[in-house]
Amino acid sequence: MAVALILLLVAVGSVLFHLYSPWWWTPIATNWRYIDDTINITFWITGAVFFAVVAFMAYCVFRFHHKEGRQAAYEPENKKLEWWLTIGTAVGVGAMLAPGLVVWHQFVTVPASATAIEVMGQQWRWSFRLPGKDGRMGTSDVRYVSSDNPLGLNPDDPNGQDDVVIDGGDLHLPVGKPVKVLLRSVDVLHDFYVPEFRAKMDMVPGMVTYFWMTPIRTGTFDVLCAELCGAAHAQMRAKVIVEEESEYHAWLEKQQTFAELSGRGAVMRATYKSGGE
Amino acid sequence: MVDVPYDAIARVPPAEVGDVDLYHPRSWWTKYVFSQDAKVIAIQYSITATAIGLVALVLSWLMRLQLGFPGTFSFIDANQYLQFITMHGMIMVIYLLTALFLGGFGNYLIPLMVGARDMVFPYVNMLSYWVYLLAVVVLASTFFVPGGPTGAGWTLYPPQAILSGTPGQDWGIILMLVSLILFIIGFTMGGLNYVVTVLQARTRGMTLMRLPLTVWGIFTATIMALLAFPALFVAAVMMLFDRILGTSFFMPSLVEMGQLMKYGGGSPILFQHLFWFFGHPEVYIVALPAFGIVSDLISTHARKNIFGYRMMVWAIVAIGALSFVVWAHHMYVSGMHPQFGFFFATTTLIIAIPTAIKVYNWVLTLWRGDIHLTVPMLFALGFIITFVNGGLTGLFLGNVVVDVPLSDTMFVVAHFHMVMGVAPIMVVLGAIYHWYPKVTGRMLHDGLGKFHFWVTFLGAYLIFFPMHYLGLLGVPRRYHDIGEVAFIPPSAHTLNAFITVVALTVGFAQMVFLFNLVWSLFKGKLSGGNPWRATTLEWQTPHTPPEHGNWGKELPVVYRWAYDYSVPGAEQDFIPQNQPRATRAVQGAAQ
Repeated sequence: MAVALILLLVAVGSVLFHLYSPWWWTPIATNWRYIDDTINITFWITGAVFFAVVAFMAYCVFRFHHKEGRQAAYEPENKKLEWWLTIGTAVGVGAMLAPGLVVWHQFVTVPASATAIEVMGQQWRWSFRLPGKDGRMGTSDVRYVSSDNPLGLNPDDPNGQDDVVIDGGDLHLPVGKPVKVLLRSVDVLHDFYVPEFRAKMDMVPGMVTYFWMTPIRTGTFDVLCAELCGAAHAQMRAKVIVEEESEYHAWLEKQQTFAELSGRGAVMRATYKSGGE
Repeated sequence: MVDVPYDAIARVPPAEVGDVDLYHPRSWWTKYVFSQDAKVIAIQYSITATAIGLVALVLSWLMRLQLGFPGTFSFIDANQYLQFITMHGMIMVIYLLTALFLGGFGNYLIPLMVGARDMVFPYVNMLSYWVYLLAVVVLASTFFVPGGPTGAGWTLYPPQAILSGTPGQDWGIILMLVSLILFIIGFTMGGLNYVVTVLQARTRGMTLMRLPLTVWGIFTATIMALLAFPALFVAAVMMLFDRILGTSFFMPSLVEMGQLMKYGGGSPILFQHLFWFFGHPEVYIVALPAFGIVSDLISTHARKNIFGYRMMVWAIVAIGALSFVVWAHHMYVSGMHPQFGFFFATTTLIIAIPTAIKVYNWVLTLWRGDIHLTVPMLFALGFIITFVNGGLTGLFLGNVVVDVPLSDTMFVVAHFHMVMGVAPIMVVLGAIYHWYPKVTGRMLHDGLGKFHFWVTFLGAYLIFFPMHYLGLLGVPRRYHDIGEVAFIPPSAHTLNAFITVVALTVGFAQMVFLFNLVWSLFKGKLSGGNPWRATTLEWQTPHTPPEHGNWGKELPVVYRWAYDYSVPGAEQDFIPQNQPRATRAVQGAAQ
């Protein structure tokens, strides 16, 4: 029976595609293996249900398609069966929801040891800020944004003077250290998206959002924007380089602080003003 | 089953209506154009929705050409791509599916199925269509205004929707919002009609628990729409003020292209809550009519009563109610308070239970049936597969922490196309094959129909099933060109090209369908009044197509539920709802 066979092939083909698909998630680079595990649990449960339902349908079509003299059964209800199916479904749903909520609890509970760093999005580029030697980041406000203060840091905040500002460069992170990634935007919604990290969160102008993670392997990763942010959304790129702590510190030494950047800005303004004849 | 003392009903004399009370149209204009007949309005809605839907279909081809062969087509740039996705999404969700299910099927089927002569407010019903048409015209006009249509994505998230970095910032976004406001006004007029008609104009004997599930689906969806659309209305008005008057409902202090704007104090997330308070019920506004219709298709063509009718009704009502407390599952990574995740993940996964019950009952209706593999039945089977597939991937995205890596990727695109694109469209198409004979008196061509089904079903599955895995890999959505990214292998581009080829093929099959619709109107086999030997009232009308007033002088009286198929001991394998229980001869109404 051709129709039944095709339906069965859809079910079998979907399962085979899943098992042999060359397209699968990227090798994970953070502590969020639990998310992958939850996805796997969900794949197994939903896959079993999908196969069972479609195969059952295929069987029905094969077994009960119209033939001369066939009469359908008359069975309006079957309370017992309906209740068992309901309870079974509830158990399956619980088996997916419970681990999901446990992992979500971990996801939203930032460990005290996490170092705060900042990612800022604007149309259409990324900037980064790392706390300076004092380990604290200064305040910021969209009103301070200018060409030589692209992140809008408060110029009068002493905590911010030693903040390391990376405008247009790549972000470096030490491997094995938990980080709380603070997310900020000065114009529209963006989303700091590194597939290997699994974690992501929108950046919303007017507020600071965050997620946390611990990078577990070194490497260079593409940063994409995952929230539609206008014409050049697809071109908003940067890189994150996760490296050993020693290399990270060597890199950090070479970066400029906010004070240096704004100081240079002041010098440049002075030059322009006195320039000319 | 569902025992109501039919003797009591049988004693009530039939209601006769004088011709004068039917407000028959007096001229060609009031018969075909400014008609107050729900059936004509239904056809007007359907044709308009299909026409604008074809525009959205062409847009999807352009998008697929760009995604499958990036850089090949110089006439598609980044801005246009964003405009295409925005218009495609908005048209398909609101102007096609919502309008077709409620304005089209709702108008045609509700009065006929409940045994009424027409909607209770025919004039308002007519206005509803004309306001809808105006909304469509305003929407379509954005293709021709300076700057073109908005490219903000169908979700229209501020601030970018009204800032200059997004295409269509001049006129596109303003007209989009105006069009949505008009649509909601038009819909409200129609929606009130559907609800009041179901509640007040049912014929004698048509208790609520004897309604066909089609009516239950459309009725519940309409109530939901009446409650959900106001949230979108409010959001659209506020955003219009932000854009035109410079208010700051959704706009915080921000810098645009280096300039500090005058906005301040608004919240972009507030818009998202309003949008999804509408947007999530909207999914079910499209799905519930499909659930209802497909139940009737399966039952009729499997010659078997729908399994667990009462459970099906309560599942529809439960899904409708629950769908109002799950909206923020679209916002897990929006930056809203993380504790929301626990609540919305739980409510979202609970919805899976009544939804699963519906699926079980559909397949259990097939069990020990007498399955006629007609075109409507094939589409119903296609619906079950695509809906189960899309529903199950919803369990990934609804489970908050699983959503984090998958949100904003092609996994989401594949999921919602499967569950609220392909699946409801399967039902729409099946329903058209099913009711076309009642609307026109002729059958659609069967061979073309089967060709149409197999290409559409297998094609759509081949498009969207593999697409999930692109999302799992990490390919983001709303990218006109992924460009150079280390984690995306060349094979992903091959898959994209494959999907494009299949999409164009499926598109071609729709042209065959349109040809079938027109050809059969003139050359189709004459169908008679009840070609599928169905039980529900619309097949028992004295004329096919039904005339204005539907029933001639006497309204039908209902003696039984809508699913008396293959009743043991009965002469035929179906007993119409208006056939009294004891007497056998009174089936004259069917001829």
